[in-house]
Amino acid sequence: MIYDIYTIARKELKEILAQRGSLRSGVTNLLIVVAIIGVLFPLQYGVEWLTSPLGLITVAWLPLMMTMGLVADSFAGERERHTLETLLASRLSDQAILFGKITAAVTYAMIFVAAGILLGALTVNLQHPGAGFYPLANLVGAVVFSLLGSLLIAGAGVQVSLHASNVRQAYQRMSIGFILIWLPIVLGPQVLPEAWIQQIVLWLENINVRQAVIAAGVVLTVIDAALIALNIKRFRRTQLILD
Amino acid sequence: MNGCIIRTTNLTRDFKTGSGQTIRAVDQLNLEIPQGIVFGFLGPNGSGKTTTIRLLLGLLEPNEGSAEVFGLNTRTQADDIRQQTGALLEHTGLYERLSAEDNLDFYGRVYRLPAGERQARIQELLSQMGLWERRKEVVGNWSRGMKQKLAVARAMLHRPKLLFLDEPTAGLDPVAAAALRDDLAHLVNDQKVTVFLTTHNLMDAEKLCEQVAVIRSGRLLAAGSLDELRKRRSGAQVEIFGRGFSPALLDQIRALPAVASLQEQNSHLVLEMRENAELAPIMTQLVLGGAQIEEVRKNAASLEDIFLDLVDEEKA
Repeated sequence: MIYDIYTIARKELKEILAQRGSLRSGVTNLLIVVAIIGVLFPLQYGVEWLTSPLGLITVAWLPLMMTMGLVADSFAGERERHTLETLLASRLSDQAILFGKITAAVTYAMIFVAAGILLGALTVNLQHPGAGFYPLANLVGAVVFSLLGSLLIAGAGVQVSLHASNVRQAYQRMSIGFILIWLPIVLGPQVLPEAWIQQIVLWLENINVRQAVIAAGVVLTVIDAALIALNIKRFRRTQLILD
Repeated sequence: MNGCIIRTTNLTRDFKTGSGQTIRAVDQLNLEIPQGIVFGFLGPNGSGKTTTIRLLLGLLEPNEGSAEVFGLNTRTQADDIRQQTGALLEHTGLYERLSAEDNLDFYGRVYRLPAGERQARIQELLSQMGLWERRKEVVGNWSRGMKQKLAVARAMLHRPKLLFLDEPTAGLDPVAAAALRDDLAHLVNDQKVTVFLTTHNLMDAEKLCEQVAVIRSGRLLAAGSLDELRKRRSGAQVEIFGRGFSPALLDQIRALPAVASLQEQNSHLVLEMRENAELAPIMTQLVLGGAQIEEVRKNAASLEDIFLDLVDEEKA
């Protein structure tokens, strides 16, 4: 099963790199993003890029957005390009196909994260020799949250992609979901009474960051596990053919 | 298995339409397909051919009845069936952003071919199909005929015991269709594989198939070898070349009980005989009536004739 998952994930990543018909243009697109988060931003922030959690949060966050496109394509794209039925007619098990798609999305995000982190440190050290590396706790937190975040997006995205008739529909549905999650955070400060906002700010100021991070990690892990379980339950090739 | 690679028993599959209507795509289908042959599954568009393949591969579950492939139940042992089969379905199923070699390499990995064997097999199949020189090209830029060839190569990559080919020449121009047919015939002979071929192209079936079944509206109309199906047809057709076919003589011949119809076409006669009728007395009558016979050609019914007869019978 591990080899089957690897085979599917390898094919997915190859397809992404060859998106516009050539490997070179695909790799160039990816290098542009890596250059922004690994060179441009660190040059602007200098040593603070390494010492402040902000740098790692940026590196951990941006690639997750890029995963959305990949995961929206996972099943809806195969369906749209008429490759899904042939894949389902192969010897691969339902789980291998499903986990292969999720693995590809997570790997894609984590490659960006790793490249962004390492290139960022290198850039800052070239600009400011002896600047050092990220604090270990920040680094571990960024990697773990990237992993959990990309699993969340992959899990939710696969669920959407499974039931969308084409990639555009899958991407639209994912974008709407994303907006619905962020809307309260963006609009909240504008619509909530001033007293409530002050209370929230006070609560945030007194929060134990370490405990909050651990709690957020646990919540994300539970949601990820639930999404994967849901995907396993709902991935039925006899149903996919009918969709 | 008793030499049968596929057996279906009252296999039935219904679909619900958007308006809530139920459509029976496959209706009480009973088939027994022996190992090692090319089996043609013929029928017009929408007759249930593709649904039957999906049922046999376990991609759909039957509403009634059952199917066995290699003696394995399609409902409960579909994974084992798919392990031993190759399929070219309604669409080529090729990843058009990838090269021909990458497409085959992916499916080689899917079927766990070791690296060395995988490479050798890719080279063998692409060379046989005349595609080896173009293996690095992105498939999306290829012609439909080339894509179909590559899809056939992909289906045969892991040396399956049974190959499902769903309308392999559909949408191809006559030259590409003939080339693919030749390649298929060659590969099938070479690789000793059983083929379940669905088509509405009767030339494909006539050239490739040892046994055929005709399906319409999900129901099996007939099954057997081409010779067996020809025997079902009522009378033979005879073409008679020569001179001296006077109108009076032709009227005399038309009046014979053995003759179903007689037409004069481009200086020769086309004679349709009734079932079990003998040709010799008719020829004697023609000669006695003053005709000079140069050549007599007894035509076997083509698959197209048989197919149209069966469809007409079913309609009636």
